[in-house]
Amino acid sequence: MKNERKRTFLLITIPILALFICFNTIPLIRGVIYSFTNFKGFGSYDWVGLRNYADLFTDARVGRSYWFTFKLAVVTTIVVNVLSLLLALALNSKIRAKSFFRGAYFLPNILGSLVVAYIFNYFFTYILPAVADMIGIDALRTSILSDPGSAWIGVMIVCAWQAIAMNTIIYISGLQTVPEDVYEAGGLDGATGWKQFKYLTFPLIIPFFSINMVLCIKNFLMVFDQIMALTKGGPAQSTESISYLIYNNGMSGGQFGFQSANAVVFFIVIVIVSVAQMKFSGKKEEQL
Amino acid sequence: MIEKKTNISAMTVLILGLSTIALPLYLTIVIAFKQPSEMTNSISGILSLPKAWSLNNFREAMEITNFWNSLKNSLLITGLTVVLSIVVHSLMGYALGRNKAKSKFYSFVYLFIVSGMFVPFAILMMPLAKQTAEMGLANWFGVILLYVVFYMPMNVLLYSGYLVNIPMALEEAAKVDGASTWTTYWKILFPIMRPMHATVAVLTALAVWNDVMTPLVIMAGSGENTLPLAQLNFQSQFGTNYNLAFASYLLSLIPILIFYVICQKQILNGVVNGAVK
Repeated sequence: MKNERKRTFLLITIPILALFICFNTIPLIRGVIYSFTNFKGFGSYDWVGLRNYADLFTDARVGRSYWFTFKLAVVTTIVVNVLSLLLALALNSKIRAKSFFRGAYFLPNILGSLVVAYIFNYFFTYILPAVADMIGIDALRTSILSDPGSAWIGVMIVCAWQAIAMNTIIYISGLQTVPEDVYEAGGLDGATGWKQFKYLTFPLIIPFFSINMVLCIKNFLMVFDQIMALTKGGPAQSTESISYLIYNNGMSGGQFGFQSANAVVFFIVIVIVSVAQMKFSGKKEEQL
Repeated sequence: MIEKKTNISAMTVLILGLSTIALPLYLTIVIAFKQPSEMTNSISGILSLPKAWSLNNFREAMEITNFWNSLKNSLLITGLTVVLSIVVHSLMGYALGRNKAKSKFYSFVYLFIVSGMFVPFAILMMPLAKQTAEMGLANWFGVILLYVVFYMPMNVLLYSGYLVNIPMALEEAAKVDGASTWTTYWKILFPIMRPMHATVAVLTALAVWNDVMTPLVIMAGSGENTLPLAQLNFQSQFGTNYNLAFASYLLSLIPILIFYVICQKQILNGVVNGAVK
């Protein structure tokens, strides 16, 4: 019966859609509504129109958090992709104990980022300075996390340590799609080493490069756990990520309304970045 | 063709690179077993093995962080989320995947849900903290419901993508035999989608198990912890006893390490499938 099929599909879709609207769409709309108020998170509030948005663009702390988050996201994405591409090439070449290496290199990705960051926090605070002291590197005698100029590097290292595992595994699956005879044919034309990589390997794995770029940028723009465990936004608010600032000042700092406006802008930024990336990578793939 | 030899330079890079993973893990283990008096600032002191392999640090850390209760919560939340995700998301993927090509309504719902992938938790967190409190869901059950919603876009995308390759003929054959759509789904389609269930289970389990933000925002007032949340909430109680803190960190990592050792192949496959599709 055709009607029976239609009814079944509706009975599946409607409740699940309702659940989705209840816990995704409605809070999203409420967030947008709060962004036009001076709500503190409790008590009464007034409409303030676009004032939160106007304040957002002149607020130095918000500006710093965007600068930090984007700097972290861009630098970490580059570091992660270069290193994981190298690792993937090594892991895909003729080596011994291949599956052991692949398994071991993926390990950081399954560990909880909060705990990983706590562990690294201790390394940066105690072990690295002790080692630097002994071998006489002055610059590293104090914890890199305690200096506003270098704390972001600590965050970057921890983010990269975990993300490399993920990106490497994706690059490996990309490299496996390249057939061996492409290299053989290229080898006859003198394409070896760097030339082989630049003209043969890389163009063929561009779809996987795109996946990694999208994954990286999006994850690093939303960085939170690492900040929570490494720096709590410090020193001197130099490592406050956007998510951390929204959480910290919005949930307990009495800026519910203002940080809602921040979150709305952040949402728009995420959408723009994602759409731009998809457009860009879509174009690149077509050229092949 | 000449048999290629082992790539020596690749091996060297890999072994050196492995130390950046092995060293932090090694240090975590030895620090977790040491006593505060064994902590010295010399390289040999940092690298040395503990004098005794005593489990006292772990016993104490378990008491401070209420380990078994947090473990129970983490297992409960992760387990139920995975089961619910497989059931709910595969059904939704089926309903949307089978209809979106010919129905405007279903293709709209599909786009509507999949575009939820762009919504960062940061914008939902404050309204959701209020909403779950109002609805009496500021607890582990609320957290599970939220996870089912948060991972819906990704999983529905995966399931409906997988269904494209499953021919309609299977369903039509069952229909001829008089089975309802509902029965056909559970008897024929659900079992066929097993590879995708594995991918969804791995991706959802890893994400939920390690998530901090959702329980932090939603369960803050409930007095209950998940394993990562316990590390955050009891951080101050370790004071300067880093050995105790590391014992606690190691304890919280052990369940997922065991899981990884047992199901490494499935996890790697699941993660790659999820990302590449």
